[in-house]
Amino acid sequence: MIVNDKTIPSRPAPAANRGVIGWLRENLFATPGNSVLTLIGIAFLLWAIPPILQWAVLEADLFGSDKNACTSEGACWVFVSARFQQFIYGFYPDAELWRVNIFFAEMTAVLVWVLWDKMPKRMWGGIWFLTGFPATSFMLLYGGAFGLEVVDTHKWGGLMLTLVISLVGMVIALPVGILLALGRRSQMPAISSFCTVFIEVWRGLPLITILFMASVMLPLFVPGDIELDKLIRAMIGISLFEAALIAEVIRGGLQAMPKGQYEAADAMGLSYWKGMRLVIMPQVLKISIPGIVNTFVQLFKDTSLVLIIGLFDLLAVMQAGIADVNWPNIAIEAFVFTGFVFWLFCFGMSRYSLSLERKLDTGHKN
Amino acid sequence: MKKALKLTGAALALTALSGLSQASTLDTVKERGYLSCGVSTGLPGFSSPDDKGNWSGLDVDVCRAMAAATLGDASKVKYTPLTAKERFTALQSGEIDVLPRNTTWTLTRDTSLGMNFVGVNYYDGQGFMVSKKLGVTSAKELDGATVCIQAGTTTELNMADYFREHNMKYQPIVFDTSAQSVQGFESGRCDMLTSDQSQLYGLRTKLANPNDAIVLPEIISKEPLGPVVRQGDDQWFNIAKWSLYAMVAAEELGVSSANVDAMMKSENPGISRLLGNSGPGGKAMGISDDFAYQIVKQVGNYSESFERNVGKDSPLLIQRGLNALWKDGGIMYVPPFR
Repeated sequence: MIVNDKTIPSRPAPAANRGVIGWLRENLFATPGNSVLTLIGIAFLLWAIPPILQWAVLEADLFGSDKNACTSEGACWVFVSARFQQFIYGFYPDAELWRVNIFFAEMTAVLVWVLWDKMPKRMWGGIWFLTGFPATSFMLLYGGAFGLEVVDTHKWGGLMLTLVISLVGMVIALPVGILLALGRRSQMPAISSFCTVFIEVWRGLPLITILFMASVMLPLFVPGDIELDKLIRAMIGISLFEAALIAEVIRGGLQAMPKGQYEAADAMGLSYWKGMRLVIMPQVLKISIPGIVNTFVQLFKDTSLVLIIGLFDLLAVMQAGIADVNWPNIAIEAFVFTGFVFWLFCFGMSRYSLSLERKLDTGHKN
Repeated sequence: MKKALKLTGAALALTALSGLSQASTLDTVKERGYLSCGVSTGLPGFSSPDDKGNWSGLDVDVCRAMAAATLGDASKVKYTPLTAKERFTALQSGEIDVLPRNTTWTLTRDTSLGMNFVGVNYYDGQGFMVSKKLGVTSAKELDGATVCIQAGTTTELNMADYFREHNMKYQPIVFDTSAQSVQGFESGRCDMLTSDQSQLYGLRTKLANPNDAIVLPEIISKEPLGPVVRQGDDQWFNIAKWSLYAMVAAEELGVSSANVDAMMKSENPGISRLLGNSGPGGKAMGISDDFAYQIVKQVGNYSESFERNVGKDSPLLIQRGLNALWKDGGIMYVPPFR
């Protein structure tokens, strides 16, 4: 009797199913239709990529200080580097730029502290983000305290202004939006009707209209001696508009909660606010992440609308640069660069939200 | 709707009234220590920020001149960039003190918006830019031409009128932004580009080779551009007017920033009156007698301002044309300083 006490070693998969060829077969050439689409795709890339590369990198001018440096056929990035300071800081005075740099550094530090789950004491980070950070940022950017020279908001601009407006919008819109969403579902008619009217009015107006109202109508109605800064007016308008949008996102999350969760909170004897804070909101915020981030990405891009009320955000600074007669027609370079900066920030936000979703996923889906 | 209109009207009237009861603009400016000036968000030659964020231009020089006249320092200006839509409200609401923002002087604007036009600091008008290769010297030779226009502007209507009047045909190609229309012109999609002349000179600098294009001399519409102030403060209105006049008068009398100190000793009665050594000076307006001296010393006369910002010393290379002095064939004419 022959006993084979050795297992036959498993043979490798057929050559056609493994390695590069296998991957190609499985993903790109699985069916005839699939193969045709792949070939079309490759042809498109071959047709589109080289000219773009050639324009943006190979034939581009990178160094220099004025238009004479732009001699080749490709993109004239010299324009971007020559105006780089303006794109980042707007018209902020040269001597005070360190204040903006500290603001950028603090913003990065606080965001990492709050958003990265390996950091210690993130609770305190959150509290600092909502209280100390806005206060120190205001002190740094505007000045007027600790011997810092006042830098009027009309000198703010560029990426810095875009970030300031979006951060203020986000920090105000999220809590206000949560309160509005809770208010709208409240049993008390006065509160619920107020919140409903507020949300519907602000959500029903285009942001451009709100900005125009804030910039054009508001000063006509307030007495002459009260001078509300144009930037503050725009910030109020944007924050309230975004709060109304966030409120509806949160309300969607509230409605997705099974009734049992509310009843469970009640059964444990938790008060309304405690129940909301400990049971409902953590779940609601978790399932609302895509909607909230979507609104924030939208908000970040919408800030460029402030250019219609004469605030020099990143896009507006760029447009003013395009009009400069000392440069040839560099509109394409300017818009490509602006678009790239906006994309970087929005892409970052969406990647972070994806990782957050994965981390918070407790398998309650389905 | 009617009710809403009435309400808005009442609100506007109220604002106008409260404007009247406020302290005079001059006192406000002096107390504040700087002049608040509404400018464009970036119009080459008229008001645009450079890469360091310093504003310059023909309109900006009006701000600087008024700051020199009222505060003695042309640099004490806060520039508020305004879009075309919000410029008048910013003035009405008191956010700015004066609005030199290439604004065309029209009857409606002058009479129904609670504002006064101070004068004209640039006579503009719609013109045509053509490629030199066409060999055209007058717009009348352009029968059958294709024309690049920017959408939604009155230029489209003006041009239709002009071509109908001269029994000529044209083919319009409409673009959304000026950058696009320049590209259309450069790639040869149209024979000519039409817009306000001052803009055409700005657009020309955007061409790969600006010398390949010429701006034709014809002007087919009247666009007198000038600074605007709030109605109801005649003292401020006068200061704005005479600050503007001082620059033109200085050119007329040959006084420039380079020679103004020497001119202070001049025996010429006109110059002596302009610079405040004799004659009325600025007392009646509540500003110092040597306000014209300060303006010329710190900002320059009209010719200097023109050539520096839009003329031969700038990339725009605009000819003086209508904006030359009356004695040089233009229509710049100011009342006498006496």
